[in-house]
Amino acid sequence: MKAKIIITPKKAVLDPQGKTVQNALAQMGYPGVGAVHVGKYLEIELAGADRETARRQIDEACHKLLSNPVIEDYRFEIE
Amino acid sequence: MNFVVLQFPASNCDQDAVHALRNVLGQSARLLWHKEHSLGDADAVIIPGGFSYGDYLRTGAIARFSPVMQAVQAFAANGGPVLGICNGFQILCEAGLLPGALIRNRSLQFRCESVFVKTLTADSPFTNRVPADKLLRLPIAHGEGCYFADESTLATLRTENRILWRYVDEQGQATELSNPNGSLENIAGICNEGRNVAGLMPHPERVCESILGCDDGRWIFESLIHFLTEKAAPAKPEPLPELAVSDR
Repeated sequence: MKAKIIITPKKAVLDPQGKTVQNALAQMGYPGVGAVHVGKYLEIELAGADRETARRQIDEACHKLLSNPVIEDYRFEIE
Repeated sequence: MNFVVLQFPASNCDQDAVHALRNVLGQSARLLWHKEHSLGDADAVIIPGGFSYGDYLRTGAIARFSPVMQAVQAFAANGGPVLGICNGFQILCEAGLLPGALIRNRSLQFRCESVFVKTLTADSPFTNRVPADKLLRLPIAHGEGCYFADESTLATLRTENRILWRYVDEQGQATELSNPNGSLENIAGICNEGRNVAGLMPHPERVCESILGCDDGRWIFESLIHFLTEKAAPAKPEPLPELAVSDR
């Protein structure tokens, strides 16, 4: 199994990286570029076949280590 | 007093902290490797600056799970003083010992320069000796020093007088220009509810000797030493002066 996790900055958090990328895209001439938010993508290989256990464990890992709930949101899928 | 300075892989301000405490301030200070489970006879813990674990994932995110941090949590729960400097502040926030988080500087630049901070309260083990209205000139060196917390946390910090230091200009005004990293409300350092755990982004341990150009950092460590000394042996009331007796 593989967990695919996306971590993004919370809306309320300053995202100067996102702003910088937005400006760069606009300067490159791409029309209609709106807000950009820069996040993180993780892939975790998992042994075993029980999806429910994997889901629970990844959720816990996301909450405890992989993301900081003060400043980040996360979502994931197990395939 | 016995100071313990934690050492994580890639901490790099640990030696400076030991030097300041031991050689300049005459205290007992030792390094403690992050894998240790006990703080021994520590009276105070310093979590130093650096790039623990290469700042991988998020700054301080991995260090907070080191074995030694369990002992630090227990020590702090018992009222023991803990001071986190720069990466140490980041580790304390990740560990939940301080609220909020430190994120990328708003300018996206790594800022390495001297700043002024104003000490907002003498009511803490880390600020009790700082003269009122004295601005401390302290060096910073960080890329992720922007303090962030939600509005309710900020309100709590304000009401409970837990913002210890603010970035200010030479006139003591907390302006946008004097803020090197975009920290909300120009917050440079805070403490917890129990007032025994504090974190700040600037480096007081780098400026404890005038030969280095400034020794404003001493005020923070001397506050800590004063707090510990008072705790160990509370001041006895002054004896009444004897009446002078004329011998004519």
